[in-house]
Amino acid sequence: MVSKLLTVRNRAGIHARPAAMIVKVANKFKSELYMEKEDIKINGKSIMGVITLGAGFKSEIKISCEGVDEIEMADALENLFENRFEQ
Amino acid sequence: MTSCTILELLDIDLKEHNKLQLSCIAGRSGLANKISSSKISRPGLPLSGFFEAFAGDAVQIFGHGEQSYLDMLEDNNEYTNIERLFSYNTPCCIFTHNYTPTDKFIKIAEETSTPLLKTPLVSSEFSRHIYQMLDDLFAPTETIHGVFVEVYGIGVLITGDSGVGKSETALELIERGHRLISDDTVKLRSINSSFLVGSGENPMLAHHMEIRGIGIINLANIFGVGAIRDKKQVQLIVHLEEWEAEKNYDRVGEDNMKASFLGIDIAKLEIPVKPGRNIPIIIETAARNERLKQLGYHSAKEFDQSVLKWFETESAKKMYYINEENTF
Repeated sequence: MVSKLLTVRNRAGIHARPAAMIVKVANKFKSELYMEKEDIKINGKSIMGVITLGAGFKSEIKISCEGVDEIEMADALENLFENRFEQ
Repeated sequence: MTSCTILELLDIDLKEHNKLQLSCIAGRSGLANKISSSKISRPGLPLSGFFEAFAGDAVQIFGHGEQSYLDMLEDNNEYTNIERLFSYNTPCCIFTHNYTPTDKFIKIAEETSTPLLKTPLVSSEFSRHIYQMLDDLFAPTETIHGVFVEVYGIGVLITGDSGVGKSETALELIERGHRLISDDTVKLRSINSSFLVGSGENPMLAHHMEIRGIGIINLANIFGVGAIRDKKQVQLIVHLEEWEAEKNYDRVGEDNMKASFLGIDIAKLEIPVKPGRNIPIIIETAARNERLKQLGYHSAKEFDQSVLKWFETESAKKMYYINEENTF
């Protein structure tokens, strides 16, 4: 399992569009994705779940990837967070 | 670890239709104090000077008895025990029967920034309400991936991998007149370690649903307010999974599988999904069957009993005919 601590860098936070992007990236991989913020842990392959996190600007999210392509998945997500969801 | 500030206690109070009827009389600087356990203390013994096993970190409730004792102490100008009580950094003191403490008492509370609250309720009623509220607040929780619906009054939690069709199944159930509690993330709370209550993780998002190809929809607007519900006891778990030819599924209904969440066992069914199987109707039937079981009628067991009875009568008949043949 690969875990990473990512920070939300876009001002609007993870609203519907960034959530859709996360799910889209996650679904390209076979591994499972879990995202944690404070005491909420959700499945990263579901849009409603990702929005439920309520991740605003500068909030920290712990992602955990588990499966055959976990390293690639974690890197791709880190990239997405670094790029501020292409905004 | 969950905790709640005194300010939140006053706030929750408003949301729950002011059941506690609390108002703050002094010590506003301590409104950010945290209540960190569901314990409640009646400080009669500490007031009389016995501080062993005193729960100083709990909410202190001054009922009629404590109030009379307090009056007596103040008449005698005895403040040592009161001062010592406040040295325990207690989160707040609550007076029932709308009792207002003396200025000297308020001064001690202000010095240690301990909020003093009062309520017009009598101690027994107030204790019941606050116990219930704190138990609710400090109940162990777990967030899981699934869809939670109410079908014929039974709380059915649908679980399964993403893409197996949980949301679509729930949508069909709602179309058939059942109710959605939460899609995708369900927050489970163990109440008194005896039953589970499920609700949406975030009340703002709870009645929305994501359907592949359509996007995010608001069910309360599309299907009306009758199609939604805020919380419900979890009574049945339906696990959807892709049909596996090698796997043995329950064919009789006597497996009695259980799923355990937060240490509470809930009846569980495994339903294989494949094209042509109408899952919503299967779930409806499962919910009806669960209701029958709760009423004491177990379809599979009753069926087995009648089969056994039938065998008995058949073999009895056979015995009779064999005996008849022998006599003639």
